Amino acid sequence: MQSNRYIIIFSLVLTAVLGGLLSGVSQVLGPTQKKAQDLDTKKQILGAIPAEKEALADMDAEAILARYAEVISSQVSDFQGNLVDTNEKGGRMIAEEVSIEKNYKKSIEDRMYPVFKYSANGNEAYILPVYGAGLWDAIWGFVAVNPDLKSVKGVSFDHKGETPGLGARITSDEIQARYRGKSLYDDNGNFVAITMVKGEKTPEDRLGPNKVDGLAGATLTANGVNDMLLNYINYYQKYFDKHVRGGAMTLNNQ
Amino acid sequence: MSTETIEAPVAKESEALLSKRRKKFITDPLNDDNPITVQVLGICSALAVTTQMKPTMVMALSVIFVMIFSNLIISLLRNAIPGRVRIIVQLAIVATLVTLVNEVLKAYAFDIYKQLSVFIGLIITNCIVMGRLEAFALGNKPYDSVLDGLGSGLGYSWIILAVAFFRELWGSGKVFGYDLMGAIGFESFAANGLMVSPVGAFVVLGFIIWVQRSKTGYVEH
Repeated sequence: MQSNRYIIIFSLVLTAVLGGLLSGVSQVLGPTQKKAQDLDTKKQILGAIPAEKEALADMDAEAILARYAEVISSQVSDFQGNLVDTNEKGGRMIAEEVSIEKNYKKSIEDRMYPVFKYSANGNEAYILPVYGAGLWDAIWGFVAVNPDLKSVKGVSFDHKGETPGLGARITSDEIQARYRGKSLYDDNGNFVAITMVKGEKTPEDRLGPNKVDGLAGATLTANGVNDMLLNYINYYQKYFDKHVRGGAMTLNNQ
Repeated sequence: MSTETIEAPVAKESEALLSKRRKKFITDPLNDDNPITVQVLGICSALAVTTQMKPTMVMALSVIFVMIFSNLIISLLRNAIPGRVRIIVQLAIVATLVTLVNEVLKAYAFDIYKQLSVFIGLIITNCIVMGRLEAFALGNKPYDSVLDGLGSGLGYSWIILAVAFFRELWGSGKVFGYDLMGAIGFESFAANGLMVSPVGAFVVLGFIIWVQRSKTGYVEH
């Protein structure tokens, strides 16, 4: 039987070696991980536009970044709709670097709201990040709203821990295609967002302009998506009132 | 005068790299002593990740990597590890290897990392890994331990890949994302929703165990 002294020394050495190894790997891989994450965010933003999403599949990382720089311009607004140019550290505010996840922990009034404007060949859309809670963990996505601010051009959703084959289906093209062309407003002009109904294979004529077909076996994730769209798009109303409905589409390249 | 002859000492022949005994480390877990179907370990991840072939393949490779290297490291340290804290030492090493896999996936296969990171983390609690460290690596030489890790990893992998094959095929008509049912002419193939739920994994796993045991004649005592 080893002495207590031996056990303590062994444990300390093991902890130091393993801890050192992990921090070393984290340091070495950190920049590559950041690039991968950045590329993933840009893919999701572009992916909210159906035509771009199809093209993305055949593009390599460089081509995606080049296409992004070509067609997307961005800015950041606060809850009141005022544009924000400097970040907390005093540097330039970059929309892609605003962490929606971290912002979600703040109160609605204190959050930052990035807006990405898509413009290519006369096609335009405002791409808005959305964030909410699914059944198991966070869900998020980007919603491309047509310049009329009423209908949806496309969406891209993602999740942290929804069940594969059930709630995780929100990432599939088939589910996301259901949102295309749907309206965020009802016939009386009230903002109602788009609701996913319970049950799947509902005929299109019974769904109407504000509803999409449901996710069989994942109603709670679907409810999470519904809440996310209803809440988060609503947070952008003041921005739209000031900068888009006011007439001037003022989004500039940053 | 003594007529005794003294036998010249014969140098002990070193064991072949893949001797009969060593081959059994790899072949036993594939069938007769399969970690999933015979030992009934690692069931949770077999149910969770097997909806599609692609993530299942990455999970299988990750488990094989973790098993081989954790077996190797524990075997190398087996005489130094204090008996009273051996479980926590094993856990620390497995957790480190799992974190390494996760970090590498995050850097070089971000899409798969997003899909699998929850389950990769769960390799730490996979009973097969801890079971082999405790039952084999602590008492055997490094090379044998590597073979044992490889065998158990492969035994786990082929079962989850088989389950994933049937679940993806019946659940969505696809294999590795390729529309197989459509390609062979079943364009109106109706996907079976049961197969994408964990219940489907139980059903497929049950069938595999049934077929395997009727062939090997294995009976629980």
